[in-house]
Amino acid sequence: MATIVPISLSVGANRIIPTVAIPHPLGNPLMTPEEEKKLRRHLVDKALVALETEVTEQTVFKDE
Amino acid sequence: MTYRVVHYINQFFAGIGGEEKADIKPEVREGVVGPGMALNAAFKGEAEVVATIICGDNYFADNIDATSEFVAETVKKYKADGFVAGPGFNAGRYGTACGAVCTAVGEKLGIPTVTALYPENPGAEMYKKGTYVVVAADSARGMGKAVPAMASLLLRQIKGEAIGTPEEEGYIERGIRINMFYEKIGAERAVDMLIKKLKGEPFKTEYKMPVFDRVTPRPAIKDMAHAKIALVTSGGIVPFGNPDHIAASSAQNFGEYDITGVMDLKEGEYQTAHGGYDQTYANQDADRVLPVDVIRDLEKEGRIGSLHHLFYTTVGNGTAVANAKKFGVEIGKRLKAAGVDAVVLTST
Repeated sequence: MATIVPISLSVGANRIIPTVAIPHPLGNPLMTPEEEKKLRRHLVDKALVALETEVTEQTVFKDE
Repeated sequence: MTYRVVHYINQFFAGIGGEEKADIKPEVREGVVGPGMALNAAFKGEAEVVATIICGDNYFADNIDATSEFVAETVKKYKADGFVAGPGFNAGRYGTACGAVCTAVGEKLGIPTVTALYPENPGAEMYKKGTYVVVAADSARGMGKAVPAMASLLLRQIKGEAIGTPEEEGYIERGIRINMFYEKIGAERAVDMLIKKLKGEPFKTEYKMPVFDRVTPRPAIKDMAHAKIALVTSGGIVPFGNPDHIAASSAQNFGEYDITGVMDLKEGEYQTAHGGYDQTYANQDADRVLPVDVIRDLEKEGRIGSLHHLFYTTVGNGTAVANAKKFGVEIGKRLKAAGVDAVVLTST
């Protein structure tokens, strides 16, 4: 889970979830705490789905 | 004078046998054995193979340190001026042995060494910094080309002659940077390079970017409801006060922290040690980097089996690739030993 996807690709990560921003990849200080946790939950849910998905090469899991 | 050279080969090239003889102990024979004949011929009288060390590939793999020590002692005993191993072509164990003995002899005795391997031989990647590895074919069909190249590179090292770049000389890049003088300043060279690139012409970088490993993707998790998930981060999240003093940049260590019973990373209890981004947001709420609160919810709901009670953390800020690799290997070992099924790694 990282914001600068090209770095994740260059270092060889196989399942990549793009995140929000460098200083707060899994949060957004502009949101209310409830909204922010919902956002974080959404991203972590995506990470779990990525772990449940067979991949044969480096894969970036984007929002549909 | 004729320089004295000791040669290392495996049981197969010594004509002793194949796999069934791969466990033979190292032995020393006077003069040449097997490919040593071609090596001697390639020296054209300037050097001579005075002894050959033969070792089984499996024996070497099981006794790397002791055998390397034995080889170095033997080379010393024969008062050698140089040392050659192989060619090992694409034979994994033999190639690793060739790289290891050359590196050990170079380190212990300070004399020139050379081997020849197929570039994809794991021994090449492991030992290219410790010796000259001449690029060889993937099988013994490449003997005729590899042996004279090894002989030439060894002789020139012994004689103290300048060794050119990997491209000029046909050896595998050793990661050594050498100062050079140019007529044009860097800015001009950079613009020249850019113009060539725009025109689609070939150009050569003066500073190669590091090449990172590629790993075959792991199979998917089949049963997430019973999986043990661990959290790892390069975002520098640590218990408040950074007890293990992980550096804000160029980290020399990683931390392992127990989060048993921790449901949420609170301000004043957790912080970031990372010096490469604005710490304000992570210090206010470290879950923004290491999502413990959300994973606890998922654990409660049964979406995952459990969250591993330890998390691992370091600072990814100017951190040397070699250190990062070392941390990764050690963290991986510990996670595996703890029966962790999958890892969520967060990065800032």
